Amino acid sequence: MKNFGFTISTGRSINLDEIREENISKLLEMVPSYKWCIGCGGCTATCSAGAFTNFNIRKIHNSFVRGQYQGLDKELQQCMLCGKCLLVCPRGVNTRSLIVNMRRILAGVEANTFKGKEVIQ
Amino acid sequence: MEKRFWNEYQKEIADDHYFYERSCIRQTFFPGSEAAFLRILRDELGKDICDNPHQHTCTGIGYHSDVVPFETTMTVVARLFSLMTECGYENYVPSCVTSFGVFSEVLEKWEHNPALMDQARQYLWEATKREFKTPKNIVHPSDVIYKFRFELKPRMKYQLINRYTGQPLRVVEHIGCHYAKIFPDRGIGKAEFPYVLAGMIEAWGGTVIDYPERRHCCGFGFRQYLIQENRGYSIANTKKKFQSMEPYEPDFILTNCPGCNMFLDKWQYTIAEMEHKTYDKEGYGIPVLTYEELTGLLLGYDPWTLGLQLHQVQCEPLLNKIGIVYKPDEKYKGISGRLLPRPERPECLRQD
Repeated sequence: MKNFGFTISTGRSINLDEIREENISKLLEMVPSYKWCIGCGGCTATCSAGAFTNFNIRKIHNSFVRGQYQGLDKELQQCMLCGKCLLVCPRGVNTRSLIVNMRRILAGVEANTFKGKEVIQ
Repeated sequence: MEKRFWNEYQKEIADDHYFYERSCIRQTFFPGSEAAFLRILRDELGKDICDNPHQHTCTGIGYHSDVVPFETTMTVVARLFSLMTECGYENYVPSCVTSFGVFSEVLEKWEHNPALMDQARQYLWEATKREFKTPKNIVHPSDVIYKFRFELKPRMKYQLINRYTGQPLRVVEHIGCHYAKIFPDRGIGKAEFPYVLAGMIEAWGGTVIDYPERRHCCGFGFRQYLIQENRGYSIANTKKKFQSMEPYEPDFILTNCPGCNMFLDKWQYTIAEMEHKTYDKEGYGIPVLTYEELTGLLLGYDPWTLGLQLHQVQCEPLLNKIGIVYKPDEKYKGISGRLLPRPERPECLRQD
């Protein structure tokens, strides 16, 4: 491949057809407080992992609901599950549980497996 | 019946006596187009058009790249108008869509702020001792061809029909952004439904493809490509358009802007080299034609005189589809009759 001194920038368009509604439903079932999120970014501002890596909960949340799943599982692995985000959320969203269950959904684990069981808090 | 919104807006296009202004870059990349336009107007339509040898840049590329101040642009435009005035013409026809946008912008500014026009007059007089009148009618050459498309049709040897299948050729039309996006009322069909190229395609037998990114920029964008490191933004735009048009399998792309011609053509080579990807089935790329080249081809002009051998994506498959007779041996023959050196073949873009 030839090198012309530049690369082709990746498009940032959102394809609505790629959104998988069942993933969002599963997540809401696992973490009911997720529906209270107003996207304020408090979790991201206080995140310990975010201070040292490019981990960004708000961005991950946006990517998840927009169907932009590429590379999301790797990003989620950067979370240390310290739970500081839980303490600052003005809406009481269980953000730590959100991260863990997003990982499960992206790994293809069915929501049914966890029905009636305690999800990780 | 499908509602044709473009019907609601047509603009005034002068009948005859045009003053032609050439483009800075077309002579290099699509060298036969402007000569073909003059030939079509003079020989086919019998119109009077002035091709003044003293013309120069409109500063468009420099102006849109923020290296030429607007006062300079106004003075340079004023000098071009003074050439038109000197030759006794009132209908200005700039070959380039960027120039068309620049002239429209300058005239709009002068209309709303006459003091700016007085300033341009003063600068022009101080620099060159020249005077000018503003044009009565300013249109793009594609408007002129559009106006006379039905007059040209009976003179055409070929139609936009695939001779192998008998079906109309499927054409992507791309209008330069500065044609109607800056001043919508200066373009046929305004900005949303520009009909200038679609009108030619439909009149001459083809089908226009309506694809999702039809109105997206070609990637020219001036500042996007001037610095090498920024060209990724430019080529990303072009790639987006190709990805969007690919499923519709266009036979060729028709444009009315020098920048769009260049980028839609050359970036196909670059994408092919960088990603080993072409946007047609056979790997030749999608040919890109100017409206003058298309008109000339259908009128039976020699493809090599029109300069098609200088395109990055070679046009032979398209010529074969239309059934145009051409001499492959004369592809690289110069005006003197001597054979010119053959260009290096690209690694990924197929050529016969």
